[in-house]
Amino acid sequence: MSLSVHFETKQHVLLVRLSGELDHHEAENLRNDWQDILSKQNLKHVILNLEALSFMDSSGLGVILGRYKEVKQQGGEMVVCSISPAVQRLFEMSGLFKIIRLEENEAFALETLGVAS
Amino acid sequence: MKNEMHIQFSALSENESFARVTVAAFITQLDPTMDELTEIKTVVSEAVTNAIIHGYDGYPGGLVHIDCEIVEGTVSISIWDEGMGIENVDEAKQPLYTSKPELERSGMGFTIMENFMDEVDITSIPDKGTTVRLVKHLKKSKTLCN
Repeated sequence: MSLSVHFETKQHVLLVRLSGELDHHEAENLRNDWQDILSKQNLKHVILNLEALSFMDSSGLGVILGRYKEVKQQGGEMVVCSISPAVQRLFEMSGLFKIIRLEENEAFALETLGVAS
Repeated sequence: MKNEMHIQFSALSENESFARVTVAAFITQLDPTMDELTEIKTVVSEAVTNAIIHGYDGYPGGLVHIDCEIVEGTVSISIWDEGMGIENVDEAKQPLYTSKPELERSGMGFTIMENFMDEVDITSIPDKGTTVRLVKHLKKSKTLCN
């Protein structure tokens, strides 16, 4: 099962919805597409919706951390939502929750960033 | 009774998914929990990715080998390559350490393996290759043995 990526913008927020499996093989394409959107559009914050992500390993952590650094540099924030227990464990293990905020779902996440859904 | 399975495949990132799904399919006969299955898929993915990225440094001619063995409720998985090897294994095992930050590697591979498995043993010889041996005792089988 490969990865499918859906990008959507809502005002100054980039919504990234991932479904399928995120490993090293899928990471490079995701990184390129994600960087492309962030550099071309005037977006401040990122919401990462992982509801349909069935598998992730440390390669996924690397891509997420890489985009976090870019968003942070622009003064924005990254929020992750609808995370599965398995992916949550990887986030906890790597300390990502210290820098990336966790919200229950996309609507809550949007609200905290000042966007009405 | 010992039950074993061996596979070898080209060191291509396309095969990462094949590797973890194959090992997962082999151990389903032990009726693992969903958590155990996810943990095993994740560690296989980590070790195979390491072999491809670091062992063979993207060189597609190399082969990655997996030897998987089930003895009662214990799964032992050896994932090995004949690549460049790791000069300093202790350094490589440090959380967040990566020799390839430019590739956005998180440096969490070995930490994840150590968290998800009961035993992790890394043997590496420069220019000869690396073997990662991963052992996990599955919970349900443990209860049955007792």
